[in-house]
Amino acid sequence: MSDPRLPAAYLQPGVSSFADFLAEQAPDLLPARRAVPQGNAGDLAPHGTTIVAATFPGGVVMAGDRRATMGNIIAQRDIEKVFPADEFSAVGIAGTAGLAVEMVRLFQTELEHYEKIEGTTLSMDGKANRLAALIRGNLGMAMQGLAVVPLFAGYDLAAGQGRIFSYDVTGGRYEETAFHSVGSGSLFARGALKKLYREDLSTEDCVTVVVQALYDAADDDSATGGPDLARRIFPVVQVITAEGGRRMRDEEVAEIADRVVAGRMVRPDGPAAPLTGPSTGGDAR
Amino acid sequence: MSTPFYVSPEQLMKDRADFARKGIARGRSVVAVQYADGVLFVSENPSQALHKVSEIYDRIAFAAVGRYNEFENLRIAGVRLADMRGYAYDRRDVTGRGLANAYAQTLGTIFSSGGEKPYEVELFVAEIGDEAASDQIYRLTYDGQVADEHGYAVMGGAAEAVTAHLKEHYRSGAALEEALKTAVAALGHTETEDRVIAVDDLEVAVLDRTRIQPRKFSRLAPARLEVLLGGRGETSPSQVHPDPEPPAADPEPPVAPPMS
Repeated sequence: MSDPRLPAAYLQPGVSSFADFLAEQAPDLLPARRAVPQGNAGDLAPHGTTIVAATFPGGVVMAGDRRATMGNIIAQRDIEKVFPADEFSAVGIAGTAGLAVEMVRLFQTELEHYEKIEGTTLSMDGKANRLAALIRGNLGMAMQGLAVVPLFAGYDLAAGQGRIFSYDVTGGRYEETAFHSVGSGSLFARGALKKLYREDLSTEDCVTVVVQALYDAADDDSATGGPDLARRIFPVVQVITAEGGRRMRDEEVAEIADRVVAGRMVRPDGPAAPLTGPSTGGDAR
Repeated sequence: MSTPFYVSPEQLMKDRADFARKGIARGRSVVAVQYADGVLFVSENPSQALHKVSEIYDRIAFAAVGRYNEFENLRIAGVRLADMRGYAYDRRDVTGRGLANAYAQTLGTIFSSGGEKPYEVELFVAEIGDEAASDQIYRLTYDGQVADEHGYAVMGGAAEAVTAHLKEHYRSGAALEEALKTAVAALGHTETEDRVIAVDDLEVAVLDRTRIQPRKFSRLAPARLEVLLGGRGETSPSQVHPDPEPPAADPEPPVAPPMS
């Protein structure tokens, strides 16, 4: 800064949104405000792929595979696509990786900024709506192939339960019940979640379910990475409960992933669900 | 033809300084104390909503005395500056020194400009490092002066009595419990008596480097304070002027000696 004095706009009361402040003070820093030449830019940058989330009594789990692709090339094997948004929520992103990571950073700052200025955190719906507004601002880029599609999940302290929100490129916000998945492998992951999910999962079982779902996504979608046993690279898993969110330690995820892989050695298509009637609950492993 | 009324620059500045000092002296004191794990802020503030101590960034906190609307503006500006810098560069590039400098320039310019009323505020900007030796407390006064404080610092109404008590009882490297007890006792100390301040009237916050989260600022709730302070005997009410301060009797800032 050339003038060491705080600019007048900084001292103006009123705005508690960081994105709005940024739009006035430094619009060039907003990910959505960049002019991109006409044409499809989708092949220029790496894409992130599958994110899954599922609720369990007392919280919610979100997990993402570690692959980023550029066409048929694997651009990165250990990319992280699931981030804590604040203490009680997490955001996972599919789509153009560079833009998505920047948007997550803006969203994290947005939530923290609001909390510091107002002295209280946004409600769960408030957070979900702010993310929708950021995605809506990116529509122009999305039309040129640089789409970002997040999945947002968190523990709603007011409602006392885990909640999941999905989005479309126009900023449409949809609340999901029980589980959801986004990204290129999401169809396969969702199929797996449907068969494996039940309401009374423990935290560990819920993580097992999402790892199974990611395995199935990687099984049928070339852009989704499965557990990398040689390099010991496993999905990023965020677990959020009333105590707050934490990233599950790599060793813990590795243990669960090893069990899942061991099961697949015996039955490559994964656990079999009963043909009729409610499940007995033991076959998620 | 009338001759312009001459006021010497010394007199002008002195009047503005007196004005600001008077405003600050009306409020209650805020204490910042370095302890083993970081920096502790204690203030007597019955309001649960209007804070005197707040978070600015991961390792930076802000405390203020004086006019609420003025230091609240400065606090928000600080949060914006820090978040903007952290977003444009990186979280580690936000420093307490940079923030203190911006505040100093702002306060200094306002103080010496003829057009604006000087801010009736005094601020602490504190930043913690990885070990106690790299912790910093900056004190900023209404005229933009910056001082680097070590160990403990006090600002506000009864600053002298509180400082005297701290000077006698402060021990560097103390644990949270001891530092808190010392600071609360100091706030209740006046020349005539030693008050026991009720837990509900205390606003206490720490920058605690042992927190695992990147954001090191946390407020200590009354329940926690009760445990930490334990058995202090009967509490006695405050004798100081209530907060927020009543407006000054003279609405016109005395930028020049009154015409006679």
